[in-house]
Amino acid sequence: MKIAVCIKRVLDMEARFRIGADRASVDETGLKFDISDFDTYAIEAALQLKEKAGQGEVVAISLGPDAAQETIRKALSMGVDRGIHLKVDRIPFDPFAIASALATELGTDNYDLILFGKLSIDSASQAVGPIVAELLDLPCVTAISKLEISDKRGTAQRELEGASEIVEFPLPAVLTVDEGLNKARLPSLKGIMGAKKKPIETKPAVVGDVRITVSTMDLPPERSGGRIVGEGVAAVPELVRLLETEAKVL
Amino acid sequence: MPNVLAYAETRSGELRKVALEAVTAARRLADAIGGEVHALLLGPPGIASRAAQLGEYGADVVIVVEHDHLGMYSPEAATATAATRIRDGGYRAAIFSASAQGRDLGPRVAARLRVPLAADVVAIELDGDRILAKHPMNIGKVTATLSLTGSPALLSVRPNAFTPAPNARTARLETAQPAADPAAARVVVKELRQGSGAKLDLGEAPVIISGGRGLKAAENFRLVEELAAAFGNAAVGCTRAVSDDGWRPHSDQIGQTGRMVSPDLYIAVGISGAIQHLAGMRGSRTIVAINKDKDAPIFKIADYGIVGDVLEIVPALTQAVTASRAKH
Repeated sequence: MKIAVCIKRVLDMEARFRIGADRASVDETGLKFDISDFDTYAIEAALQLKEKAGQGEVVAISLGPDAAQETIRKALSMGVDRGIHLKVDRIPFDPFAIASALATELGTDNYDLILFGKLSIDSASQAVGPIVAELLDLPCVTAISKLEISDKRGTAQRELEGASEIVEFPLPAVLTVDEGLNKARLPSLKGIMGAKKKPIETKPAVVGDVRITVSTMDLPPERSGGRIVGEGVAAVPELVRLLETEAKVL
Repeated sequence: MPNVLAYAETRSGELRKVALEAVTAARRLADAIGGEVHALLLGPPGIASRAAQLGEYGADVVIVVEHDHLGMYSPEAATATAATRIRDGGYRAAIFSASAQGRDLGPRVAARLRVPLAADVVAIELDGDRILAKHPMNIGKVTATLSLTGSPALLSVRPNAFTPAPNARTARLETAQPAADPAAARVVVKELRQGSGAKLDLGEAPVIISGGRGLKAAENFRLVEELAAAFGNAAVGCTRAVSDDGWRPHSDQIGQTGRMVSPDLYIAVGISGAIQHLAGMRGSRTIVAINKDKDAPIFKIADYGIVGDVLEIVPALTQAVTASRAKH
C-alpha cells in the first residue's frame, strides 16, 4: 500500500500572538512551529495501515518555505519513509491555491490513499483535502474518526452534530482525519536518528490562482474576566444571583 | 441578477437549524446587494413539505430536489447538484453552514466551480461590490478578514453565529433532479447513527457544562450530568485530558482539536484552562469557572469564579439552579 500524507508547518499555539506590521498576519518573531495536530493523526493512520499490511510506503508531502523540511523531518522520525517538499516562500491562505500545488504533485504518482488532517489549526479552512480530491477526481471522506480498509475498499465513520455517519468508499481515495481515530506516536530516539538518513526531495511548488486573501487580521477583544465570586459552597447563592440578574442566563 | 443561494441542510428528512441560519445569512447579504434568496433543499421524497419554513426565514425561491437516495447525505450528488445550480443560476454568492455536512460539501463545490470559499465565517460584510468575511483563525487567537475575488463567492457560516431571523414570504417552489445519480455514487453513507439519548448537541446547546481532570474520577461526571439536567437546556463537554483518559467520548471534547463552541453560558468544572481548551470555548458569552486552584488560568477569562472543591460545590449549584428555574 502506497500512502501520501500531506502535512503543514503551523505556529505553536501556546505563545501569545501579536499582529504583524502588515496588519494582515501574525508576527512570527520568536514564535515556534510544529506539525498541525490533526496531521499527526493522519501520519499515525498511514503508519498503522502500512504496518498492518506488512509492506508499503508512506510519503510525507509539505508545501512551505525551507523550514517546512523540519516538519517533514519530524514525520520521518515518526516512521514515514520519505518526504517531498514543495517549496514556496510563503504559504498562501487560499485553500484552492494550496490544493492545486499538492494535486499537481500527487497526480504524478499512484497512491492508494492520500491522507490529510481534518484541518490545519492555523488557517482552519478545512478545505484543502476535499479540493485535492475534486482536482484529482478521487473519492473523498472527510473528518473520519474510525477507518477500516480491506480489499481495495474502505469503511469510515465521521462524527456529525449529535450523530455519526458510516461511509463506504473505494480506493484510491482521499481521507481527512479527525481526532479520535488514533493517538499519534512520538518519535523514538532511533526514529530521530534514522530520519536524518531518509530522503527529502525538494521541488518548486506550482501554486494555483489566489482568489481569497487575508486583508486584515485582528486580535479578539480581551475578556475582562477574573472576578472571583467567593470560596466553596457558601459562594453558590451569590453566583446564582449574578447568573439571574447580571448575566441573565437563568 | 445579484441573487444569493442558501444550502438548506437536512438530516433524515428534517430541516436542521443550521439551514435556517444559512437562509438568514443569505437574506442579509441579498438585502445588501438587492437580490433574492434561493434555497436549495435536497432530501428524500416529501422534503418539499419543509420548503414553506425556509420561506418564513427569507427564501424567495426554494429549489426542491427529492430522491430516494437522499435520505442520507450523498456528498457526490450534493456537490454536483449544488455546483450545477450555482453555475447555471448566476449567483453572486452561495451560503453553506460550517456544520459537519457543510464543511464537507462547501470545498467540493468550490473546487468544482473554481471559485473562492471562505470557510467558518462569523460575519459577512460588503466593501463596495467586494465580499469580506470574518474568520477566526489560529484556534480563535486571531480573527482574519478575508477578501474574496470573483463571483460567485462561497461562504460557510459558523453554527450559532447567525441567529435564525423570521422574515416571512411565500416562497416559490421549483423542482429539480440531482445533477449526479446518488445511486451511482462512489462514496456512500450507509448508515446514520444517532448519538446517545436525546441530549443536545454541543454546537447547538445554549448552556454547556464541561468537566476536567479536577473531577478526579470518571464516575464524578454524574455531578456534571446532574447540573446539566437542572438547566434543562444544557449539553455536557469535557477537556482533552478527560477524553484521552477515556472518561468521555472524543466527540464531547471542547478545544483546539475538538469542538469550538460559543454558548450563552459555559460552566467549567475542575478545568485549569490550558490554551488548547480555551481555544474551543473562549467565545462563550458568559463563562463560570469552579476550580480548587485560585491561580488556575481559567479564572483569568471567567466572568464568575468560585474557588473550592468541585465535588461539594457542583451539587450545591445543581440544587440552587433547580430552585431558580422552579421560580421562573
